[in-house]
Amino acid sequence: MLPQFDLKDSQLESRIFGSRTIIAICLVTVLLGLILVRYYALQITGYEVYRTQSERNRVQLQPLPPKRGLIYDRNGVLLADNRPSYVLSLVRERVEDLDVALSELQALLPISERDLENFHKKVNRRRPYEAVPLRFRLTENERALLAVNRFRLPGVAVEAQLLRHYPHGELFSHALGYVGRISEGEVQALDETDYRGTFYVGKVGVEKFYEDILHGDVGYQNVESNAHGRVLRVLERFLPVTGKDLTLSLDYRVQRAAFDALGDRRGAVVALSPLSGEILALVSTPGFDTNLFVNGISYKDYNALRDSLDVPLFNRAIQGSYPPGSTIKPFMAMAGLQSGLVTPESTVPDPGWYSLPGDSHRYRDWILRIKGTGHAPLVNMKMAIAESCDVYFYDLARRLTIDRMAEYLQPFGFGERTGIDTTSERGGILPSTRWKRGAMDQPWYPGETISAGIGQGYMLASPLQLAVATGIMASKGQRRVPHLVMAVDGEPVPLSALDPLIAPAEHWETIFDGMREVVHGRKGTAKALAQGITYEMAGKTGTAQVIGIAQNAVYNEADVSERHRHHGLFVAFAPIEAPTIAVGIIVENGGGSSAASPIAREVIDTWLSIEPG
Amino acid sequence: MGDYVRQLPHQGSHDMARRPSVVRRVHIDVPLLLLLLLLTFYGLAVLYSASGQSMAAVIRQGSYLSLGYVVMFLAAQISLQRYVRLAPWLYVAGLTTLVAVVFVGVGAKGAQRWLEIGGFRFQPSEIMKLVVPLVVAWFLAARTLPPGLLSVGGSLILLGLPAILIVIQPDLGTALLIAASGLFVLFMAGLRWRYIMGAVVLAAASAWPLWIYGLKDYQKQRILTMFNPDSDKLGAGWNIIQSKTAIGSGGWQGKGWLQSTQSRLDFLPESHTDFIIAVLAEERGLQGIILLMGIYLLILLRGFWIGVHAQTSFGRMMAGSLTLTFFVYIFVNMGMVAGLLPVVGVPLPLVSAGGTSVVTLLAGFGILMAISTESRSGAM
Repeated sequence: MLPQFDLKDSQLESRIFGSRTIIAICLVTVLLGLILVRYYALQITGYEVYRTQSERNRVQLQPLPPKRGLIYDRNGVLLADNRPSYVLSLVRERVEDLDVALSELQALLPISERDLENFHKKVNRRRPYEAVPLRFRLTENERALLAVNRFRLPGVAVEAQLLRHYPHGELFSHALGYVGRISEGEVQALDETDYRGTFYVGKVGVEKFYEDILHGDVGYQNVESNAHGRVLRVLERFLPVTGKDLTLSLDYRVQRAAFDALGDRRGAVVALSPLSGEILALVSTPGFDTNLFVNGISYKDYNALRDSLDVPLFNRAIQGSYPPGSTIKPFMAMAGLQSGLVTPESTVPDPGWYSLPGDSHRYRDWILRIKGTGHAPLVNMKMAIAESCDVYFYDLARRLTIDRMAEYLQPFGFGERTGIDTTSERGGILPSTRWKRGAMDQPWYPGETISAGIGQGYMLASPLQLAVATGIMASKGQRRVPHLVMAVDGEPVPLSALDPLIAPAEHWETIFDGMREVVHGRKGTAKALAQGITYEMAGKTGTAQVIGIAQNAVYNEADVSERHRHHGLFVAFAPIEAPTIAVGIIVENGGGSSAASPIAREVIDTWLSIEPG
Repeated sequence: MGDYVRQLPHQGSHDMARRPSVVRRVHIDVPLLLLLLLLTFYGLAVLYSASGQSMAAVIRQGSYLSLGYVVMFLAAQISLQRYVRLAPWLYVAGLTTLVAVVFVGVGAKGAQRWLEIGGFRFQPSEIMKLVVPLVVAWFLAARTLPPGLLSVGGSLILLGLPAILIVIQPDLGTALLIAASGLFVLFMAGLRWRYIMGAVVLAAASAWPLWIYGLKDYQKQRILTMFNPDSDKLGAGWNIIQSKTAIGSGGWQGKGWLQSTQSRLDFLPESHTDFIIAVLAEERGLQGIILLMGIYLLILLRGFWIGVHAQTSFGRMMAGSLTLTFFVYIFVNMGMVAGLLPVVGVPLPLVSAGGTSVVTLLAGFGILMAISTESRSGAM
């Protein structure tokens, strides 16, 4: 019970309490005022900042990657399409501990070092709340595993995306090129906005050359998503613009014929239409499965391709540089006629060898080894082409000199890129005194002119260049820029042409006659081709000594002899009266032109059998 | 007894004596009750939105509140003398259960706060929020005021023992609230300013050693995070960044009821419990905050008014302490959600979802009503 003395002090106590209450009320008011000031600062002063922050929380701008354009052959055969594929991605902001999450995922499905490496690179560049891809091409099983474990994997998402697919893999590998994951270096060069949401970019070939057209335009959507990254609704959407489809001038059947004819040999075939410059077939063997590159090829697969002695990644058709050998002779003949140094009737004595005046060195004709003598006592142009007479062209070369030779051969496209619409083309070498001075800092020696006359020595050309030059011959001087793409979204691509090569009709006829004789003549170097032929073909054989085109190849002792065999070459066009196809062919280490010429027959037969008229 | 014997009849008491109303006889302070009802209905509306429009959550909270009002009503019926008599026994019982918690308590998240008896869980520290001011008031009411050194020492022991037992659970927030409720009794009793100043100096001086030796890492983290939430955006700072964003984005008008994106999209953690004011701020804007603060302020003023008009020192001290403790809830919660104070587990009183604190707080208001009606009844 309350003690008595309490009574005495109650007045005092009441007063104390009163004053304390006033102090307490003051304190409470001041502190609540302080809180109110804080809320005022947040809600009024900081309103814009926090509202923006809250909107950014709520609304995410998601890129909608465009669908890549499809690629067809000239008849509508699908060469490159897009297929749905499932991608595992992570939203860094939703993942509490990245290392833990990654190791948990690794326990569920295989994730390669390379995947991880790419992932870590991208994580550092992402926008807030952007999903970063970790594993591509999930299998059905892996998707099921992820779905089952979803509850303990916050921030992990499985998304469907379209992936490039090449139905014919190796067959069109060098003609089409391929796409691959965007690399660190490419990020700098690409438009960041446009490639937001796109994981792939054309790496080589048509896929790279026409990247802008194939890619399309990125779209966007604003989505409302919750703190766990789940999209609740789409607020607005700007649809992406699908990339344009390409129709290539390639014909699947011609391509297939060339590919099959090459078989497992190393080589290249380019077939084109002389009047339009359309490429009908572009094959380089061995090829490779381009689908491997789409998802980021594994180191193992890549090393295997890179280190292969057969350099499958090397596009022989446009990057290969080979001595044209005797295939240069029709063009040399044209140079002789153009220069006026020879006429169709003028002849050269052929003892089987040739010497420069005042020099005892004998430049031998290939026939000498076989017959022990020349082709004939006197050789004219038609015979020189048909029988591939070296002496005739040794003499012509000497009289032309190397620089005029270059001058007359240059209009056929030698020594410079053809300008084909794909990547990595090389222009070969058309030697001249100036070229040698510039490239080797050496004077030109007269003897070098002699071998240049039969396409040996410094001169180098790609199979594409040979086909283009043959096409110019076939069209009697029409110089079309070769191209792979015929139409974009069905709209034909205008042809581009260079100034035609003007020459009198009888000049062309003389060369045509010589080239007809190569195939159809009694002593033609490719007369085996005429067997069972239903049309007239003009051709020219060639053999090139091996220099070795494989930069990285380490020559294996056992392979040396095989790889030192001559390259076989062949150029041809048909039908002679109205050519619709010209081809350039090389078979590496084929031994001679007979390795190459039957391929031309296969390719041209195929084309003429399907080509209307 | 002495107190009311001395009481002089005045106008008010005459009026009341002439018309003894029903509410008087059931010891209800009508203004306080109306304010509390206003507050709790406002709170339920916010909770409906904060819980993701869950009627179940509103019903659950509504039943807690109903229970709380029943407890309040019962607490108001008990005479002050009975509280005085009960105080030491309640204290001993409370202290015993706190000791029991240390040995046989159950808990979660590394803290051991509950006692489980026959499948029923309760939190002894919650009861001590009322028992500590009761016992300190009981202790001081029997002594000369303002309290002398011995009285102050005795009071500190009385409030210190439970506080220490709660600190080791560990539940620093509750311990501080309980210690504060005892200290408020001392303050209202007229604790001399030199003691107060001395305590402030001592607190300041012990801050550094306390930081180094006294606080656990997670406690330090909370304090550091308050000063710089961006230092740990996805960890400890996340709550504060998101709650500030919620509050700030409400602006003056607010986004509208049920329109809180921060809460609805789960960016705001604990949106229906400790951080519920952020939902209110986001949806109702500063207007809503001012309205809530107005209600709180009126409740506080009514509490002080009851204290001033109490007839006994015990009643005054209890009223003052209960009111100030209620204020501390408001201040700490609103401060921490707005990033002014470290995050401690203090709910927004009578608004945050949760049964325990609602019942305790309303029981406290029951005591306040007992003081209020006793002071004006003139006779018991």
